[in-house]
Amino acid sequence: MDDLYRAEALSRRFSHGQRQVLAVDTVDLVVPRGGRLGIVGESGSGKSTLVRMLAALDRPTSGRIWFDQHEITGLRERDLGFLRASVQMVFQDPLSSLNPRMRVGDIITEPLRSRLVRRQLDDGISADRRLAEVLDAVGLPADSADRFPHEFSGGQRQRIAIARALAPRPEVLIADEPVSALDVSVRAQVLNLLADLARESGLTLIVVSHDLLVVRHLCDHLAVMKNGSIVESGPTAEVYADPQQDYTRALLAAVPRIQTHRSS
Amino acid sequence: MKRAQLVAGLVLVALIVITAVVSVFWTPFDPIRVVPSERLLPPGWPHVLGTDGFGIDILSRLMVGARTTLVVGIISVGLAVLIGVPLGMLAGQAGGWLDEVVMRAADVVYALPALLLAILLAAVFGASTVTAMVAIGVATIPAVARVARAGTKQVMAADFVLAARVAGTSRWGVAGRHVLPNIAPVIGVQASVGFALAILAEAALSYLGLGTPRPTPTWGNMLRDAQQYLFVMPIQTVWPGLAIALAVLGFNLLGDGLRDYLDPRLRELP
Repeated sequence: MDDLYRAEALSRRFSHGQRQVLAVDTVDLVVPRGGRLGIVGESGSGKSTLVRMLAALDRPTSGRIWFDQHEITGLRERDLGFLRASVQMVFQDPLSSLNPRMRVGDIITEPLRSRLVRRQLDDGISADRRLAEVLDAVGLPADSADRFPHEFSGGQRQRIAIARALAPRPEVLIADEPVSALDVSVRAQVLNLLADLARESGLTLIVVSHDLLVVRHLCDHLAVMKNGSIVESGPTAEVYADPQQDYTRALLAAVPRIQTHRSS
Repeated sequence: MKRAQLVAGLVLVALIVITAVVSVFWTPFDPIRVVPSERLLPPGWPHVLGTDGFGIDILSRLMVGARTTLVVGIISVGLAVLIGVPLGMLAGQAGGWLDEVVMRAADVVYALPALLLAILLAAVFGASTVTAMVAIGVATIPAVARVARAGTKQVMAADFVLAARVAGTSRWGVAGRHVLPNIAPVIGVQASVGFALAILAEAALSYLGLGTPRPTPTWGNMLRDAQQYLFVMPIQTVWPGLAIALAVLGFNLLGDGLRDYLDPRLRELP
């Protein structure tokens, strides 16, 4: 497997007047093609900032990022077409990530209508056909396209956001807390959907979550972040079975377990 | 209740628009020609609202005045929106020093009273409808720009703007597809309120002789004329005053009603 994403000594510093915050502190990262990486950590650990830099939504203060052998750090927006066509994102709160004034069909096909992305898609995807395909793939009725986001439930809205991310047939899907804003009752459905989609279309998955169960469900590799640094990483099963850091153990201990008592 | 506001606003505004349009083709009497024999008639028939100090039918002048009011409102608010909205969006989307420059410039204009600007323009070009419109329009730009900037900032903080960038949408695409539709309601409300303020400002300027000069009737200069006969025929001041008040009320109600109606999240509510 070759490396799809590579980051070297990535740092991001935010300045609030006199105060400076090092949100991401010299992080090295490798994501192989087809890999499914989970990034866990408590809120404020810098995991969202990290993936936003990977998606070129934010620029690192220092360090370099390569995507598919191309360095993306320092590139101008108009030169990022190859990245925009291959890397899509799903955000935490679908209420905020879907424009309330756009119809679902227009929301989902937005990546297909962007000139930057279209230039990269050689097979000239027909927007209408692709719309029907992705609606079907995420399990939304075909007549959803003409409706507005507020007419849907939270779980359905996140499906719309996932459909939009799938529209340009991306190689990488970055999901930033994809189920945290959802009702507990629909979390499992959305997680299963993401898992199925990743398996079926061979997506490379990068999932950010504060919830270890989410990452365990979706990912084969795990990176634990604390105060902007990756303190532990490895295959999910290994980290679970044998955590090397106190911090990871503390995170693991915070996961509620369901115990069944059987009286015979 | 919400609907009632919108309907009341629409009715008042429609009344003014219809009056203005009708006045182009027909008024009960000539709104300009002086008739010395019919000076200062009380309300009655055929002069329903009476006649003014020049013997001109007040209803006719009121109708033509609606026209002036609307034209001044449309041009001045249109000017403010056409200049203020792009500036506010630019400041809100770009941020940084550009934001500072644009908004400090808006502060400077805001600090300059519209009246002063009107006096300045009237002194240089002579008082006319055009100088009044320009003065009111320029004075309205900062308010519109601020509302547009605040709305833009709010929209830019939403995740759907990040999602649009991930989708490869350009700055112009974000501005046109995401920012503008989402700030349109607040701009509409601000424009409606601005319209109401423009009507007041136009009346004030005409009243002071800094706006549309006689003999063209406006509600402001009718008020000024009526003032001379305050003790002889006080009812004359009521008509233009009432017209101004109803117009201001109408545009304020329309603005509020429009805001509720345009919001698709509120539209579903009973």
